[in-house]
Amino acid sequence: MKTVSSLLDKDWHERYRRISNLNIRSSIYDVTNRCNLRCKGCFFFSSGEHQAAVEEMDIKKWEDFIDREKERGVNLAILIGGEPTLCMERVEAFYKRLPTYCATNGLIKVPRDRFPDMMVGISLWGNSEDEKVLRGRDTFAVSSKNYEGDKYTYYLYTITPRQVGKIEPVIKRIADVGLKVHLQLLSNDEGVDGFSWREEELRDLRFEMDEMLDKYPRTVISCKYYHEVITTGKMMGRSFGWSECPSVTEALDNRQNRPRRLIHFARWASDLKTVHRCCTSATRDCSTCKDGAAHMSWVMVNKREHLKSTKDLQNWIEVYEMFAKLYHFIPW
Amino acid sequence: MPVSQDIKGIIRHVAEIIIDELKLEDVTADTFNSDMDLVDELGIDSMDLATIALVLQDEYDITIDEDDYPKLKTIRLISEYIEEKLATKN
Repeated sequence: MKTVSSLLDKDWHERYRRISNLNIRSSIYDVTNRCNLRCKGCFFFSSGEHQAAVEEMDIKKWEDFIDREKERGVNLAILIGGEPTLCMERVEAFYKRLPTYCATNGLIKVPRDRFPDMMVGISLWGNSEDEKVLRGRDTFAVSSKNYEGDKYTYYLYTITPRQVGKIEPVIKRIADVGLKVHLQLLSNDEGVDGFSWREEELRDLRFEMDEMLDKYPRTVISCKYYHEVITTGKMMGRSFGWSECPSVTEALDNRQNRPRRLIHFARWASDLKTVHRCCTSATRDCSTCKDGAAHMSWVMVNKREHLKSTKDLQNWIEVYEMFAKLYHFIPW
Repeated sequence: MPVSQDIKGIIRHVAEIIIDELKLEDVTADTFNSDMDLVDELGIDSMDLATIALVLQDEYDITIDEDDYPKLKTIRLISEYIEEKLATKN
């Protein structure tokens, strides 16, 4: 029988033990339906989720709701939107009660006197040219000033097919402002011309991502196995898709094959009553979904699948460590 | 109830259930080390534990509280937990 200690040496086993008992239970919350940008390819607006529920305006109801979520076992609140920083009071209600991660476009600065160690992930959709095409403006120019050198902030860089072969200058700009970056891929929900992935682009990108990790190890928070899984959509010979995705809201998960999934995961709309199907939109084609967190979670919930060889288990550990770093469960 | 309720019988049956549910190879209920840490050594996670707990609840007609999962780290600890639950029930 393959056991962890039979596969790992002392150092790797120690790394395994550091993460194996974290027991992260995350859920995702739409803090608001509003945003100060309208990006092409943003699933929240393209799928009409911003109209799925009427935003709860009473802060006391938010506080009570978060208390109930805590009782439900959630130990990581992932705030998305809309743009969460438009509603700082709600963000604060989460932050005071739970380990909290706030996804933002970075145009409004999270005040560090109110949120000293809250993890902030700033969305970035490429170089200034692509940002202007997809988001209407170069957000990096603003967000990098707001968060320069902030040790609890990183960029969540959504790479588009147009940037293959050109991501290094973006990484370098981020390194130059003393921030870190995590890489994920555009899912092109709105079918913007020229932004859908072709296989050869994904192949080239995988190697480019590996190269960036080797070249900027202090800046890029990633690992090569994650690059493999997200670019190929394959893990241990299986293909990502609806029948495999771990990030489906538990109450709506009626899949017959009962895949391994995030326990008690839910994605809540801003009325605090409605739940969405999954961590992205229900209109997305799961077979082409490139959501980074879903792919990471896919690896993480399939731990025992990775007990086949030393390399497989080390790959699993690296993905789990990456996730734990991104959400501040372990240091960078 | 068809399953043995003494500690040795429970240990053996828990081992059988874990082997069956996790589809473990190269191990039998006789060779399974009942003191092996299931998380640290076997890579069991909370979803595995939830699956195993469901079967145990049915087999022994007991309730296993999710908050107790972290305590259930070995086959022996699981078996002692079941034994305690059965004693309370009877």
